[in-house]
Amino acid sequence: MSQTLTEKPSATPALVNPPATGSEERKGLTKKEVAADHPTWCPGCGDFSVLALYFKLIEKRKMWHEKITTVAGIGCSSRFPYFVQAHGAHYIHGRALPFASGISLTRPDLHVFVFGGDGDAFSIGGNHFSHTARKNIKMTYCVMDNWVYGLTKKQTSPTSPLGFKSKTDQWGAVDYPINPMKQAIAAGATFVARTTHTNPNHVLQMMEAAMDHDGFSFIECLSECVEFYEGAFDASNPRKGGVFNEVPKTHDVTDELAAYKLSGEPFPGHFGIFYKANKPTKNAKEAEIVQSLQSKVTGLKDWQILQKNFDRMK
Amino acid sequence: MSDTTAGSPSPGAAKTISPIQEVVIRIAGNSQDGIQAIGGFLARLAGRSEQEVMTFMTIPATISGGASIFQVRMGSGEVLSSGDEADVLLAFYQHSYDAHISSLKKGGIVLYDSDHIEPKEEWKKDYHHLGIPISGLTVEAIGGTAKDKGKNIFSLGLIAKMFDLNLPKLEKLIGERFTGKDPSILNNALAAFHAGHANPLGNVLETFKFVDAQKKNGHQIVMNGNEALGYGLIAAGVRFGAGYPITPWSDIMELLRRELPKYGGTFIQTEDEIAAISMAIGGSYAGRVSVTGSSGPGISLKTEALGWAIMAEMPLVIVDVQRGGPSTGMPTNIEQSDLNIAVNGGHGDAPRVVIAPANVEDCFYMAIEAVNIARKYSVPVIILTDQGIATRIEAFVEPNLEKVCQDISPDFTPVADHKPYDLSKADGITTHLAPGTKINSGKYPIVTGLEHDELGHPTGSPKLHMQMTAKRRKKLQALGASLPVPKVYGPAEGNVLLVGWGSTEGPIKEAVDRARAAGDSVSSVHIRHVNPLPPGLENIFSGFNHVLVVEMNDEGLYGFGQLGSILRARFCDPKIQGMNKTDGLTWKVKEILERAKTNMTAGLRKL
Repeated sequence: MSQTLTEKPSATPALVNPPATGSEERKGLTKKEVAADHPTWCPGCGDFSVLALYFKLIEKRKMWHEKITTVAGIGCSSRFPYFVQAHGAHYIHGRALPFASGISLTRPDLHVFVFGGDGDAFSIGGNHFSHTARKNIKMTYCVMDNWVYGLTKKQTSPTSPLGFKSKTDQWGAVDYPINPMKQAIAAGATFVARTTHTNPNHVLQMMEAAMDHDGFSFIECLSECVEFYEGAFDASNPRKGGVFNEVPKTHDVTDELAAYKLSGEPFPGHFGIFYKANKPTKNAKEAEIVQSLQSKVTGLKDWQILQKNFDRMK
Repeated sequence: MSDTTAGSPSPGAAKTISPIQEVVIRIAGNSQDGIQAIGGFLARLAGRSEQEVMTFMTIPATISGGASIFQVRMGSGEVLSSGDEADVLLAFYQHSYDAHISSLKKGGIVLYDSDHIEPKEEWKKDYHHLGIPISGLTVEAIGGTAKDKGKNIFSLGLIAKMFDLNLPKLEKLIGERFTGKDPSILNNALAAFHAGHANPLGNVLETFKFVDAQKKNGHQIVMNGNEALGYGLIAAGVRFGAGYPITPWSDIMELLRRELPKYGGTFIQTEDEIAAISMAIGGSYAGRVSVTGSSGPGISLKTEALGWAIMAEMPLVIVDVQRGGPSTGMPTNIEQSDLNIAVNGGHGDAPRVVIAPANVEDCFYMAIEAVNIARKYSVPVIILTDQGIATRIEAFVEPNLEKVCQDISPDFTPVADHKPYDLSKADGITTHLAPGTKINSGKYPIVTGLEHDELGHPTGSPKLHMQMTAKRRKKLQALGASLPVPKVYGPAEGNVLLVGWGSTEGPIKEAVDRARAAGDSVSSVHIRHVNPLPPGLENIFSGFNHVLVVEMNDEGLYGFGQLGSILRARFCDPKIQGMNKTDGLTWKVKEILERAKTNMTAGLRKL
């Protein structure tokens, strides 16, 4: 079977749950229609711009309320689903990806967006990050990385740089930080991009590219915590005297080693799509298994398929 | 089995054929000897012959090898347990012989491989010994040095001869088992089987024949509890699930992984237990009740996510195939020690449904019931089975699949408005609305683990927390009130009532039969719905002087097992007492009776 699985099936059939039908033309939703609760974030938080750009994405791409599922774990950024007027789930800490996988693998008709923070993605949820990436389950995962635990008020995060003074490292962080881009590439993510909340057009561009990618698309979006890590990303913000360098035009996004090398550059590094590979998704592979096994029971009702098993147990 | 006479050995003498009602055969060897295959053949044959059958097996926790047994009890009457004592012991090695001769009833037959076993003189007077060079004769029959391979099938031939079993049916079963493989394998198997069957059985003077079984209504099917549960979930309409390998749960996930794609579904092996339950909850959220499951430590790992599903009111089925605990515990032994975690596991006030199938057939039907409760009440339902029921094979009347199978596809019809946590219903019951459903009011729900208002938005309101906590409780109370009152086995009034749950139903019923035959006043009741409890138990208890809660778990700090503690707390009745054991083995019938007698200073008779 592995032989056939490497080929991409022409169309992904409805798996597990038939999608809701509906082909009518509708206008794109306005910001007013798609905004729900007023965000509980601190004034000046970088997450506001990510939310605003998500609204813009929904409007621009004419997505419908009922076809959007916004999923998050726990953290400041993970409050995201409450602020979006669409189906959504606020799940437990670190486990948003497997939850979203359950949706993605059974509902090819839905857009599955997962938002979260660096603690959710790389500490408590680190295992799920690797495995969702390697399985290439179709969804978009946007990690709003602020280099600190904000909701619990300033503890060291897995992306806090060495020497960062937090309540759990009063003398400065001693653990080497995770490099999210390297992590994603090494895990086998098929779309890996980096952006920052201070460049809205770039954020939207990355979100669109991620959404259009057939597979697990990962965006690290720098999102400043003005309360507990003010100025963390100034060096990447031209308005604060920093530089915003896009990924060089010569960079080959299919070159894994080049992408890895790009990830290793010192802050502020580059922004844009680092890596992109076209590999069959788990969604497609599972659908192919379904197609192959269903072709052996064509025309049978579910109870008749089960009856065949029972007949062998008499 | 009628008493077998040890008789004086006189090879070649004409054998008498005695009619028997039932027989218990224990097969002891190593795990790679294929002894489960012999047991499986016998169980299936019994099913096809409209007999009743129940098996019991132990498997070593080692990767390969290790001592293993398979016991099969088959008979023309009702078979409630796998039998306390064996009528026949088939032993392959010295250690099998030494360790299991005590499980044989006095006067029983020990059929042993004389190539490997040196019988002990002192045991010869108590047990009828029949030594056959099984290993050598197998090699002779099928040639080669196939190292122990085939001797199980040879032995099946011996047993078939001894009990005059239906040859064509057995040959057909062997054919089915080896179908699709290299034809030489089937030929070898049949050659070994016929060689065994042609063996003159040395000094055995008596062979046996089952009396005809009572005609059953419809065909019987034969399977183990894990299979029944897996197929039950499919019949219930479950099409998605996720799991992580752990013994003895893995069989169910393997079955679902293999079968679900035929129905347009799939089952995912995840990176860990937490991902498994999370993915299943995601599947449920997406519109169709999904399943996860585990055993032992895997259940502990799932509890945070379980709490979320309770808080978010998400339908879900969780299978817990219990094994010995805590921690890694005894992976291949049987215990009923997960009732506490099933009912209470996790932080906070988190009511969920817990049900416990009583036998293999019940695994099939309760899987369907679990799915329906989960859907109707938007709540996680835990199915508690155990290692014993998971691996034991029973025959039961084939379900009418056309009737039983259900379609639970989500309904995406647009709705005017939707509150996922509507507080206006007195019974607290709300149902989940799948994403993809258009809500015409334009107000969309969030499902969440934070305390929330009716639309799912976070709240710190003391009033809402009280109302929502009550909502989550009230729907279970509504379920409890709707459950059927359990039936008492035996008279509704008497001296002693044995209360059981889960896989112990058979041995408890048999203990009741045996006690009543001896003139004692004993009845039993089996609890299949553990949380919430069914109504009417207080009336049942009031008919008895003593209520003994029979469980395979520890007596606890205060003398009550896990169900015992709940019943004590629920009914505040001092006549409820615990009867517990923690040896990792199933209850034997005589063990239940002896322990009950010890508990009752005045004996079991009605005063």
